Amino acid sequence: MRFTTALLASTALTAAAGMALAQDMANSMTIVSWGGAYQDSQKKAYTEPYMKAHPEVKISWDESSNEAVAKLRAQNEAGNITWDLVDVVGADAMRLCDEGLAMEIDHDEFLAPGDDGSTPTEDFGDTIVSDCFIPQIVYSITFGYRTDMVPEGTEPPGKLCDVFDLEKYPGKRSLEKRPINNMEWALMCDGVANEDVYDVLATPEGQQQALDKLSTIKDSVVWWSAGADTPQLLADGEVFIGSTYNGRLFSVIEEQKQPVAMLWDGQVYDFDGWIIPTGLSEDRLARVKDFVRTTTDTKHLAEQAKYISYGPARASSAPLVGKHAELGIEMAPHMPTDPANSGNVLQPNFVFWADYRDDIDTKFQSWLAQ
Amino acid sequence: MSDTAIHAPVLAADGTPLKRSLGRALRVQKMRALALIAPLLIFVLISFILPIGDMLFRSVENQIVEDTMPYTVEELKNWDGASDELPPEPVFRDMYFDLFLATEMKRHTRLGSRFNYESSGMSSLFRQAGRKLTDAGKAAQEALEEVDPVWGERETYFTLFNAPEGTAVDTDLIDTQKKRIRSLADEAPKGEMDFAPSEQASALLPFSARVYTSFAVITGMIKNKAVEKTKPMESLYLAMIQDVTRPGFSDDLKAYDGPFKDDLARLATGGLTAPDYTAIFESVDRAWGNVETWRVIQTHSGAYTSGYFLNAIDMQKTPEGAKMQPQNKRVLIQLFIRTIIMSLTIMGACILLGYPVAWLLSNVPTRTANLLLMLVLLPFWTSLLVRTSAWKVMLQQQGVINDVLVWIGLVANNNRLVLINNEIGTITAMTHILLPFMILPMYSVMQTINPSYLRAAKSLGATNWTAFWRVYFPQSVPGIGAGSILVFILSIGYYITPEIVGGTKGVFISNRIAYHISSSLNWGLAAALGTILLVVVLALYWCYDKIVGIDNVKLG
Repeated sequence: MRFTTALLASTALTAAAGMALAQDMANSMTIVSWGGAYQDSQKKAYTEPYMKAHPEVKISWDESSNEAVAKLRAQNEAGNITWDLVDVVGADAMRLCDEGLAMEIDHDEFLAPGDDGSTPTEDFGDTIVSDCFIPQIVYSITFGYRTDMVPEGTEPPGKLCDVFDLEKYPGKRSLEKRPINNMEWALMCDGVANEDVYDVLATPEGQQQALDKLSTIKDSVVWWSAGADTPQLLADGEVFIGSTYNGRLFSVIEEQKQPVAMLWDGQVYDFDGWIIPTGLSEDRLARVKDFVRTTTDTKHLAEQAKYISYGPARASSAPLVGKHAELGIEMAPHMPTDPANSGNVLQPNFVFWADYRDDIDTKFQSWLAQ
Repeated sequence: MSDTAIHAPVLAADGTPLKRSLGRALRVQKMRALALIAPLLIFVLISFILPIGDMLFRSVENQIVEDTMPYTVEELKNWDGASDELPPEPVFRDMYFDLFLATEMKRHTRLGSRFNYESSGMSSLFRQAGRKLTDAGKAAQEALEEVDPVWGERETYFTLFNAPEGTAVDTDLIDTQKKRIRSLADEAPKGEMDFAPSEQASALLPFSARVYTSFAVITGMIKNKAVEKTKPMESLYLAMIQDVTRPGFSDDLKAYDGPFKDDLARLATGGLTAPDYTAIFESVDRAWGNVETWRVIQTHSGAYTSGYFLNAIDMQKTPEGAKMQPQNKRVLIQLFIRTIIMSLTIMGACILLGYPVAWLLSNVPTRTANLLLMLVLLPFWTSLLVRTSAWKVMLQQQGVINDVLVWIGLVANNNRLVLINNEIGTITAMTHILLPFMILPMYSVMQTINPSYLRAAKSLGATNWTAFWRVYFPQSVPGIGAGSILVFILSIGYYITPEIVGGTKGVFISNRIAYHISSSLNWGLAAALGTILLVVVLALYWCYDKIVGIDNVKLG
């Protein structure tokens, strides 16, 4: 009898404690992401397990990451923040942080330590590009080419600079319609060492040098603005070689079985992760904090790589990356961070682009319009 | 009837003059009519006119600079930006305290982004300065503590600057600081705090009192903490040294009878040296010692600026006045011209293609006309993106049209036509998308043209052509006018289609507006471009009214 009472009492206490805890946290969350396969991988790796553990939580998605910067600013000016957690690329996180639209966080306090005992700051390393940024994945912008369009008797392109070699590899190229990455690639193929690229690009002469190099292939370039463009152009045979996100190429090659191959040389890393908007109420913030702390730990980040070929941002997650959930193929060789793929990598300089983006973009657009 | 009866006012039944009575009745009717449309009017005003006005206003608004660094802006007015000399020390001094407070409120990076639109590198300059300015404050704190450890304690400062009950409070100071914090924070300072600046202390130590009061407003009225128990921000220590080393401090101290009089006297003779703000800034980043940096700040410091409009027409604001951008940065005027020319081309193509269709629609039996109308409207009901993407499939080099031409043998396989990612792509796709907007007004106008006019002309001996040109066509002009205005105004603001099929030669000015709204966040420039576009449309509308006459436009 006494035992039952004690049991009942403790159950009631736990329930009460649980209720109290739940009251402190909002039970609904709006998460903003990119849609498509990437958002699906987040659902499977993060939100579904989280909702299983917390059945009271409702999560709704908004596929607005593309316009997140402008929309967050509008929400902030209107004084009505409807988003709780926003998935953005590193450069956008930096801008949102500068604009005061994203919350600055202390990574060591906010995030779970790595499974190997490392602090979050050590574990995430260089991927923390801004005080507001909670990294999830490392992806890269790199090239894919049509294997059936390589001229006969020539070996398939193996170097970044083959993109600029119209004689050896004739045909159209697709490049993104913005200066970022293109300017760096142009300089790297014009005799500038990787580590000097941003120093050169900071000078007007260096910018002109990059544009001059791009001019050599300008007539053969199809300019893309959406991530799906290059995969489509490659699938249609419109272009021979083109730049895009490595995950898009993975799905063209492995899922759609198109005659396309990867060119990892000269890939540029980029990071994608969460930011928390400033101005959330305390209960909403508490829920977001809980969600982020849980789902950015070593296991959850490694879990995401089962569904998409983007590398986890934590170093401690890398050994846990396994096979693709549906295709059953080993994912490690498809990661941009795999040693076989990362021989020649350019580390992007986000601070540089935050400073020079407006200036170089104007010059780039002026050059495009000529 | 007598004369007097004629000139006397006609009276209504209740004895008031009929004119007034009638006027009142009409007024009531007008008010009733106005009340009926009032919901719509208010809706349009609130949801349409006001937001647009607000957006357009951003093209000249530049308050962020003055809000964030009011004292620096004031001090910069005394500096000649055209000279080759750095601004004088007081500018650096005010910049230090302004920037420190901005960093405290996390506004410095926003200001940096603002200046970065004008000059590359400002963004980092402001972002880094935030952290490094604290170091100078800490060094000052150590220097103060070396003279007397009492200057390292937070209570010292509270006692020094707080006005105990019954003593004079510097209300001016607290009001200006509240106003200043209001413009820096997202919320207004509210509630009561446990601090009021003493008039005596602020007369003796003007800078420190200002720094401490702004700190108190942030702590007590924004963060809602006890001011007395909170550690002051580091700039206070530098301000203290600034105040006690100023000339005439010892004389002013004699008249002072507040707390810490003796300690202050010891500070004044403690061998402290006046802070060198220029050196502090130069140690933060060499760029602060560059005249160019200060020119940019000075040129763009006004509360209202013409800078965005100048940028929108490929010019820039400099200390010497407006100048053209260097050749390799000019692109916007070219885009404006291209937008107008291509919109006119699309409008012309729509007239040529739409006129025969509209004529056919209005001259076949109703049943057939309805069926044809469905064909016109069907694409209209399809998503814009789907239609644009369909054109991609048609026009690309491995696309349907090229395949057919190669198959017929008109075009060599290795020399396929480039029909997309250029002007042709944009004009083709947009003409197709906007065609219904041309056909529908034309059709409804043509329907009202009486066919007997044509028969009459012919029976009077006119040829088919003369009858059409002299009798039918003039009557259909109002439809063409209405369709043209619709198509032109719609196409001038298009941006999705040009973005998808336009490549580099077929993009419009609206693509740049979209870029500045959603990517670069330079809303000022986007607003300026939008305003110019609006003015161009209104000007063209005015020209149209003068030449054709707006009364000639009919939608049916």
